[in-house]
Amino acid sequence: MTDLAATDPLPKPKRDIAPILLPIALALVTIPLIGSPSTWLTLTAASLAMGMMIFIMASGLTLVFGLMDVLNFGHGAFIAVGAYIATLVFAPFAASVQADSLWVNLAALAPAALLSMAVSGALGLVVERVLILPVYGQHLKQILMTTGGLIVAEQTLYALWGPQIIPMPLPTSLRGSFIFGDVAIAKYRVLATLIGLAVFIAIQLVLNRTKLGLLIRAGVENREMVEALGYRIRRLFLGVFMTGSALAGLGGVMWALYREQVHASMSDELTVLIFVVVIIGGLGSIGGCFIGAILVAMVANYGGFLVPKLALVSNILLMVAILMWRPRGLYAVTSR
Amino acid sequence: MMILSGDPPRSRVLTLVLVVIILALAATPFLFPGAKALNVAAKICVFAALVASYDLLLGYTGSVSFAHTMFYGIGSYAIAIALYGMGPNWAAVATGIVVGLPLAALLALAIGLFSLRVAAIFFAMITLAVASAFQVLASQLSWLTGGEDGRSFQLPELLRPGTVLISKDLFGFEINGRILTFYLVFAISALMILALLRVVNSPFGRVLQAIRENRFRAEALGFRTVFHLSYANCLAALVAAGAGILNALWLRYAGPDTSLSFSIMLDILLMVVIGGMGTIYGAIIGATIFILAQNYLQSLMGVASKAASEAGLPLLPGLLHPDRWLLWLGLLFIASVYFFPTGVVGRLRNGGGGKSAGASH
Repeated sequence: MTDLAATDPLPKPKRDIAPILLPIALALVTIPLIGSPSTWLTLTAASLAMGMMIFIMASGLTLVFGLMDVLNFGHGAFIAVGAYIATLVFAPFAASVQADSLWVNLAALAPAALLSMAVSGALGLVVERVLILPVYGQHLKQILMTTGGLIVAEQTLYALWGPQIIPMPLPTSLRGSFIFGDVAIAKYRVLATLIGLAVFIAIQLVLNRTKLGLLIRAGVENREMVEALGYRIRRLFLGVFMTGSALAGLGGVMWALYREQVHASMSDELTVLIFVVVIIGGLGSIGGCFIGAILVAMVANYGGFLVPKLALVSNILLMVAILMWRPRGLYAVTSR
Repeated sequence: MMILSGDPPRSRVLTLVLVVIILALAATPFLFPGAKALNVAAKICVFAALVASYDLLLGYTGSVSFAHTMFYGIGSYAIAIALYGMGPNWAAVATGIVVGLPLAALLALAIGLFSLRVAAIFFAMITLAVASAFQVLASQLSWLTGGEDGRSFQLPELLRPGTVLISKDLFGFEINGRILTFYLVFAISALMILALLRVVNSPFGRVLQAIRENRFRAEALGFRTVFHLSYANCLAALVAAGAGILNALWLRYAGPDTSLSFSIMLDILLMVVIGGMGTIYGAIIGATIFILAQNYLQSLMGVASKAASEAGLPLLPGLLHPDRWLLWLGLLFIASVYFFPTGVVGRLRNGGGGKSAGASH
């Protein structure tokens, strides 16, 4: 080891870029397979949008696990709750949703998204206090408790809103597509991609540029050490849990708009997808979660186009392949 | 107590309850007339075996699997497809068993080796993902599985309700093929539960408990934990597939809703937790309570819901609607994980003055 003077900058940690290249490589490999460049562009745009939405929903789960070793099987409930709350806001704002102006539409979307995030976040507080705190540090009971929470949340949604599928039409100005030559990219997908990127950048900035983020990252690596330094990691965890729940709520609104319908069973369907993403990315890693989400979406879109029959098991195959390559996910950040 | 493998219920009340349940099940065809009672009793038998096999995983190794219905479904579908394709004969039954059981065991081995090789915490998530993929697969391959409609089939001659084995004037009861099928289900379920009891009380079962308590220490003692866990996984899958075969034989049908759906997985979880994890006997108690509630409580809730809506109460009719009974069971589930994690059996053992349930944690 060479000696470092105190004034020397710290040595840069090695960047692991292989996972980042993976989705790019996947995208490039599929160009000749799909054949038509315009179809490929449309599919890629769809994958990006879908990936961003999944990332928003999954980011909270991966951080919660990384920070506190808590596996929340009820994460899907926040997604469904967020979507249902948005329908409440959409009803009185029906006129502005139907209006043919982007700004009026966004003025209706913004309160819906914000309220959904607030309610999901508040629900996160309750869930953390009531369900997770009593079984802290016991994986088996955490899984059982949060699964129970998922059942209760889903059934409550059915009891309050009824078992039918609730339609959730896209605002008028977000319908249709941008047409460039013979490439069509749905407008809503562009918006979803932008929101997803914004969330990703915001999370990265908070984690890497603030003291709060420093503490969270330190907690992911070694919880006891952060506690020993005098920080109340429980409170930090509660904050992360609520933020994660709120993001799941936002993701729920976006997913509902993407599918243009709301149903409590969406939480089951998405839970599986999110778990696959979180496992692929490596539990606790935001970057891995981001890449994992895009990979899952790409495999779903390209796979659905090329080999429709394969789309059913494509996620599992992707997961198996990634875990064969890196048994702890793309980025293994925790020592667990 | 050879038959119980030296692991008696260890509580007088528990013994009494178990004896009552088993006698009631055995005598159902004579005590409770009507098709519904017989259906409920058969379902209790099947689920007691299924839940006991899940208890081997959850209670004795401490690993949460969400793929248990998949193995149950493999058993159901194997026998259904065989009887549907080959016609109602015993060769088809044998084919279903010979194909279904090894298939379930192989799949369990593959999942076990794969997910236990990586971090153990992944097991629950990976089984959930694999099970959901399998469910989609089963509903899509409609040429084989009948898709959402499932497969209805005819049973071999001997097991049909129309076959009268002992006519009414001999004992005052008619013994027909349906009742024979019931006793087949009853006997095989009982055998499977006794076999599981044997497994958990063998040296192998002790190693599983050691792994549950502290995997690292078990490994340090020289046990190959991955081998033990995979083996337990395969055994549980075999029994689950066996229960699936019985279920399909009883219903003369296999479909996604009766054998694969995620809600059955939740039912199993509820039964094992309510009955008591890590006891095997808990499976019988849990299955009985749950299925009785499922069949009789729901009609009670319907009455309550109607009364509430007639009284003009807000919200209550929706919450008490018979379809919402899972909501109340979910609350019960959380409460039982929280307040009495050892379930009914653990409670009875501790309260009954017997030896304490050492398995609680």
